[in-house]
Amino acid sequence: MNKYLTATIKENSRINGSNNLLALYIKDTSENPVPGQFYMLEVSSSYDPLLKRPLSIFRKINNELQFLYRIKGKGTEKLQKMREGTNISIIGPLGNGYPLPSEKQIPLLIAGGVGVASIFSLAEKLDKKAYVFYGGRNKDELVMKDEIRNFAKELFISTDDGSEGEKGTVIDILNKFLDSQGSMESLVIYVCGPLPMLRAVAEVAVNKKIAGYISAEENMACGIGACLGCVIKTKHNYKRVCREGPVFSIHEIIWE
Amino acid sequence: MKLFGNNKNSSTVDLSVNIGGLKLKNPVMTASGTFGYGAEYSEFIDLNRLGAIIVKGLSYTPREGNPVPRIVETPAGMLNAIGLQNIGTEAFIKEKLPFLRKFKTPVITNFFGDSIDEFKKSAEALSSADGVHALEMNISCPNKKAGWIIFGTDPKVMGKAVSSVRKTTKLPLIVKLTPNVTDICVMAKVAEDSGADAISMINTITGMAIDIRRRTPILANVVGGLSGPAIRPVAVRMVWQAHKAVKIPIIGIGGIMTAQDALEFLIAGARGVAVGTANFVNPHATIEIIDGIEKFLIEEGVHNINDIIGSLWT
Repeated sequence: MNKYLTATIKENSRINGSNNLLALYIKDTSENPVPGQFYMLEVSSSYDPLLKRPLSIFRKINNELQFLYRIKGKGTEKLQKMREGTNISIIGPLGNGYPLPSEKQIPLLIAGGVGVASIFSLAEKLDKKAYVFYGGRNKDELVMKDEIRNFAKELFISTDDGSEGEKGTVIDILNKFLDSQGSMESLVIYVCGPLPMLRAVAEVAVNKKIAGYISAEENMACGIGACLGCVIKTKHNYKRVCREGPVFSIHEIIWE
Repeated sequence: MKLFGNNKNSSTVDLSVNIGGLKLKNPVMTASGTFGYGAEYSEFIDLNRLGAIIVKGLSYTPREGNPVPRIVETPAGMLNAIGLQNIGTEAFIKEKLPFLRKFKTPVITNFFGDSIDEFKKSAEALSSADGVHALEMNISCPNKKAGWIIFGTDPKVMGKAVSSVRKTTKLPLIVKLTPNVTDICVMAKVAEDSGADAISMINTITGMAIDIRRRTPILANVVGGLSGPAIRPVAVRMVWQAHKAVKIPIIGIGGIMTAQDALEFLIAGARGVAVGTANFVNPHATIEIIDGIEKFLIEEGVHNINDIIGSLWT
């Protein structure tokens, strides 16, 4: 199946704050991505920025690929300025995606900011089975809350400034939930978000012996395993986030 | 000076070149470190179409590489400090070569060491492996025994290393030059005089990027190698200079994104080109470049690619 595709921008609009929704139309239907997989997207027709940008898939509906992204640097700034009708080249779907929980497992989905994209697509697939924990610095960092609520068994929200949900971090609402649970054995964590959050969730998972998966992020050049730029330290030496990841067992990562 | 032919209707072009005894069906190769061990890109392109595959640099024993961040984007380029992570010659021969042998494309193995002995051990192992067609000696790494002098920046150290490796292999020996020297022609000449069959140039240019908020280097290794279109004019200039200084063939490398870029190198005197960072941006880059070179030659009425190599008017 061809993974190097030309896509046409169908929609590129601001949702709130600096969060945006990008919808791409692809002519050939291509592979169906699984939650947790990503695409490399061209963000400029010039050589500056030169590299494509990795974005987790949010949704695929027929021939339309949807992504959520937050403006945080030159690449995403350029991407935000790209207009409807523009053709861009993309590579994907790439990476491994989240392994689905077993029948007996209770999935806890934990998202930070726009990291919710891949968590959302997983929640959608699990259909009212998952508890979702969603945190941001303020309410403007949170997107798609109502949609997530539709797919979640329960949605817990936290913001650093208390502008929505509980005041505090996603770790606070997660710990509160865990304290109310008897056994940790049947729980399985899925987490995507900024690095400090991943690290904190991993610490909780290790301490409480909860199984789980993290979606890692690292500077990436090729997205297909050739450049070795995006490695992450694991108990089995360096692994490529783009190829062996981006999803890793939460107990496999060595945090430095 | 050869002028271009005038039969503009011909659609048959001979793209084959000979690089130090290695016959290639076209001059387009993949630059080491940007194409993995070949398999990564076989999902995207037909490896049989390539002139040659130059694989990721190999050391005799595996290397873990540097901590992250290993890459950072810069204007029209990128800095990398991967730290030569690789699986080692033995694992390459066992695990990667059988796949590459399935293709009709020559395999050039890039190799390095931090002592002359290590260079020799790798060269010996790779030379006796079925499916290795040429060696590319990466002299950009430091020589531990000589007090961390970079092999490729000290003419005496480099000369000794190249002549030692020369004695260990009958395969075509390509020496990959670093641009981080005062006079590239001196180094090209040392390679030639020490027995290299060809030179490839340029390797990345040493660079640095800084996080201004934290006031720290962005790369964990502090400095890295700059590649991409940003370095192309430097590379073209150096190829042109080296072409005048040596008789052995040159493989031009540095920011080649399109057929036009590749043709600049060929006209400057390169007999082949290697495409690097472009693979990251566009996995089809090498094939588009081969097709683009052919199209250009047809348009110009040139039947043989060798007629444009070194055809620069100055």
